[in-house]
Amino acid sequence: MNWATLNLMPALPELFLLSAVLVLLVIDMLLDDERRGVLYGLSLATLAGCAAMQYLAWTPVPVETFQKMFVADPLSGVIKFFLYGVTAAVLIYTRQYVADRQMFKGEYFTLTLFALLGMNVMVSASHFMTLYIGLELLSLALYALIALRRDSVPATEAAMKYFVLGALASGLLLYGMSMVYGATGSLDIATIARVIASGNGNTVLLVFGLVFLVAGLCFKLGAVPFHMWVPDVYQGAPTAITLMIGSAPKLAAFVFLTRILGQGMEALLSQWQGMLMIVAVLSMALGNLTAIVQTNIKRMLAYSTISHMGFLLVGFLTGNAEGMSSAMYYAIIYVLMSLAAFGVLLALSRAGFECEKVADLKGLNQRNSWYAFLMLLAMFSMAGIPPLAGFYAKFAVIRAAANAGMVPLAVFAVLMSLIGAFYYLRVVKAMYFDDAEEDAAIEVRADMRLVLSLNGLALLALGVLPQQLVALCMTAVKQSLTSL
Amino acid sequence: MDMKTLLLLIALAPLAGSIVAGLFGWAIGRRAAHVVTIAGVAVSAILSLKVLSGFVFGHAPVFNEPVYTWLTVNGNTYSVGFQIDALSALMMAVVTSVSLMVHIYTIGYMQEDPGYQRFFSYISLFTFSMLMLVMSNNFIQLFFGWEAVGLVSYLLIGFWFKRPTAIFANLKAFLVNRVGDFGFLLGIGLILAYFGGSLEYRDVFAMAPQLAAKTIELIPGHAWSLMSVTCVLLFVGAMGKSAQFPLHVWLPDSMEGPTPISALIHAATMVTAGIFMVARMSPLFELSDTALNFIMIIGSITALFMGFLGVVQNDIKRVVAYSTLSQLGYMTVALGASAYSVAVFHVMTHAFFKALLFLAAGSVIMGMHHDQDMRNMGGLRKYMPITWLTSLVGSLALIGTPFFAGFYSKDSIIEAVNQSQLPAAGFASFALTASVFVTALYSFRMYFMVFHGKERWKLNVHEHEADAHDEDEHHHGLGPNDNPHESPWVVTLPLVLLAIPSVVIGYLAVGPLVYGDFFNGAVVIDAIKHPALLHLGEEFHGATAMALESLRSLPLWLAAAGVLAAWIGYMKAPQLPDAIRRRINGVYVLLVNKYYLDELYFAVFAKGSRWLGNAFWKIGDMLLIDGLLVNGSAAMVASISRLTRRLQTGFIYSYAATMILGVLALMTYWFAPLILR
Repeated sequence: MNWATLNLMPALPELFLLSAVLVLLVIDMLLDDERRGVLYGLSLATLAGCAAMQYLAWTPVPVETFQKMFVADPLSGVIKFFLYGVTAAVLIYTRQYVADRQMFKGEYFTLTLFALLGMNVMVSASHFMTLYIGLELLSLALYALIALRRDSVPATEAAMKYFVLGALASGLLLYGMSMVYGATGSLDIATIARVIASGNGNTVLLVFGLVFLVAGLCFKLGAVPFHMWVPDVYQGAPTAITLMIGSAPKLAAFVFLTRILGQGMEALLSQWQGMLMIVAVLSMALGNLTAIVQTNIKRMLAYSTISHMGFLLVGFLTGNAEGMSSAMYYAIIYVLMSLAAFGVLLALSRAGFECEKVADLKGLNQRNSWYAFLMLLAMFSMAGIPPLAGFYAKFAVIRAAANAGMVPLAVFAVLMSLIGAFYYLRVVKAMYFDDAEEDAAIEVRADMRLVLSLNGLALLALGVLPQQLVALCMTAVKQSLTSL
Repeated sequence: MDMKTLLLLIALAPLAGSIVAGLFGWAIGRRAAHVVTIAGVAVSAILSLKVLSGFVFGHAPVFNEPVYTWLTVNGNTYSVGFQIDALSALMMAVVTSVSLMVHIYTIGYMQEDPGYQRFFSYISLFTFSMLMLVMSNNFIQLFFGWEAVGLVSYLLIGFWFKRPTAIFANLKAFLVNRVGDFGFLLGIGLILAYFGGSLEYRDVFAMAPQLAAKTIELIPGHAWSLMSVTCVLLFVGAMGKSAQFPLHVWLPDSMEGPTPISALIHAATMVTAGIFMVARMSPLFELSDTALNFIMIIGSITALFMGFLGVVQNDIKRVVAYSTLSQLGYMTVALGASAYSVAVFHVMTHAFFKALLFLAAGSVIMGMHHDQDMRNMGGLRKYMPITWLTSLVGSLALIGTPFFAGFYSKDSIIEAVNQSQLPAAGFASFALTASVFVTALYSFRMYFMVFHGKERWKLNVHEHEADAHDEDEHHHGLGPNDNPHESPWVVTLPLVLLAIPSVVIGYLAVGPLVYGDFFNGAVVIDAIKHPALLHLGEEFHGATAMALESLRSLPLWLAAAGVLAAWIGYMKAPQLPDAIRRRINGVYVLLVNKYYLDELYFAVFAKGSRWLGNAFWKIGDMLLIDGLLVNGSAAMVASISRLTRRLQTGFIYSYAATMILGVLALMTYWFAPLILR
């Protein structure tokens, strides 16, 4: 390796993040329990620093480094900015929750930041190897986070399930990668794409590998039939960790999908399009239908996530710039929505009380109308009711599908969003039309109150004025996937 | 100021007043609310008179331009536009000047009402809507204005919305008008379909002669003349709005609203919209004798039979209301006789004297402390001299006393019908002549009962009958020891101002308006087929001569007989009406019950539609939509949900197995064909 010509600039944020996490680890050892709050501040500072580095490293055209294993392009840049923001929001939302549950330890912060590093690597990977390393870094951090409360039976069970099934999925993914390697002789995404496009690849091997890749990817997204872990993990994990699993990793997974299928296997569009279509249809149907009968709101949101991933795939599987950018928009909006929804749940939970039943939200409007309103925004947005961001996101993916000639799929998506509206509205009904069963005061830290409010209002703002973000997604997708 | 700005100002000034009074009335207070609305209407009235004078004293050019493009569909443009010719200019002047009088009068009449600002807002809004209706140059705007005046009428009839009778009345007006408007809309639809796609009067009228002989088969096998069907449908709209038999039933009930709006909307302006519309559409109606005959029959029935009902009413406002119905019948008959100018002339004179009569009735009601029953009145002339004199002027004008306004228009109508050669003219002529007597009878019955005779409120402690309609909740009626007193100047001033045209406008205007060339171009008459007005013009030798000639004609003596009969029955021999009533009890009961039309409508249409609605609700909504579609699909979704939920066993091996099966399935579908190939 020629160190002299190595360009570290594209990886600047990641290098900063890694160094910062290591520093945090050392600082953590020097702190006693009362002063653990320092880590919270330092973690947020690290995220701000990452964002600053990201700004410095911004590039309008793809720049590769580390022997073409790592790439900085607008797609990764935009997504990373959102990753920092979302991670910061997660830390802010969960601050009180973890403190109340003896999880306010150094590991909580370092694991979270390691997960972020894993996501960053995934997002910027241009090689199957880096992709996989990033994915494992993320996954291992998440397994550990779920099990952070060793003495909690549901949490350890969830961690175990996630770990075993995640290992299985990783196996499938690796198997698929090795097949692709066998067919094309390379692990570099650009090379793979070139070989497949030239027709020199072994199609039988490629399709064989593709099936495994799709299976692995769908596991990460939590799409049917690789979704089984989602409800159990969402429910079993502490709400703080559920929020972490349900937010930022979905953005990373979207880029993961884009890198492998959109960039590497683009020439096999006709093959994976059909597979993803089945997965999308199943996800929307099963996610929405099963969510209806859930009484646990975390579990309900898990099924809701499954259906959202189905919608995301509806946009993605068109394989064109419009569809991909609409899927990216959908991913971003989805993350904002689930942040807001889980944020309110976290705000309502307190020491000794977990807000996790739909019934726990009864009469929230009487108790605190502002949080009820924020939850209403999140629910309406998830249900796809105008003028909230979720409406525009659904509209965009469905329009992309219809424009690509997949009218039956678009119609099906519309029908499913209709069914989905039911269970979101049930939450709204509980908040506004049922009588409160308890009147415990809702105490929320000022920083969380501010960020949560901004989060909720962003759903409204992005629904009314989606153009900026839509244009940003379009630019990112077009400039990063040069073949589009 | 160019014409366009001027016209926009005329239309929009009342709207501005309405918005200010309606939306900010709570903030600016009562005084400011009436100042701003009266200012708006005054501006509009002065400018309208200026526009009218351009047509009266000189030949102002016709203004016909769009002012705002609303939408363009398939190459057809629909715009807001104004067509200002003699017809619309005259209507604008009448509408705005009567409206101005009513605005001023309202200050006195509504001074204690909590809805003061709201009321001013509504009547200004009405003025705006009515102006848009008459100024329109296309059917769309006409229809919008038509519906807008209907809406304000609905709001004002139910102005005292806490009173069940008012709510019943406004709902009734609304529903009956829907019947008319449905026909109107169908008529406009036919025009849109067959007249080249444009809805501008200009284009439609230009197309009309080519389509005179066209037939359409709405029911296969029955070819009908397009023009007749269109005109009859349009006239059905006019029947609703102008309260023609059998769609007249809403007008008497509309008296539930405050008296100023009875004068403005239900006597002077809105109810004449139908007359105006037919006059405006004269190029179409002239092409269909069927429609003209139909119009004449309907008008005659309304004129005569509604007059009869006026004779048996005891509520002062209802007498005037039935009188209005009867006079609207006169106007309609004039339309049928192709004497459009005469009809519009009668619209104008009637607007003044009927508004006068209504406002005078309102003044009497105020004097009587909101008692409307004429049986409790009498001898009021002593206490309310201005109201008495102006009422007398109004009544004389109404019954057609020579030289008064009503004489010229009414006599012209009767003459025109006599000259008409349509088959229906014979019946119409009889009905109109007979109702001259009836008009005189009920007018002077009211006049004598109210202003002459004994002061009856001192005699009897009045019983509150169901039909004694109370103007407001708190109190009504005079005690035996109270005396009525004259109304304040804001009430009497409009009476005097309206009395003046009620006397002179006919004398001044009959020559130019009816027999001159004032309406040339604005209305079209096929003089060969319908020469009535032409003949009339040949016999006309000036207004004075016309009045003198009438001394030899039947209508005048019938009117005199009517007055005499009223005097005998209600002054000289008060026991006589009771005696007559006993002798012809059957007829009396029929009249008091308004020919049982309300009962019929209620039994057939109201009950029928409720039955139909019930059936749709039970079968369509509850069974099919709710039961099968909504609840059925929900039940299906729920059962699927319960099923899919069971897939989630909680066991990790079944999860792993699902994943593997998923991979297998994908594999079988995509990979198997590849290797089998």
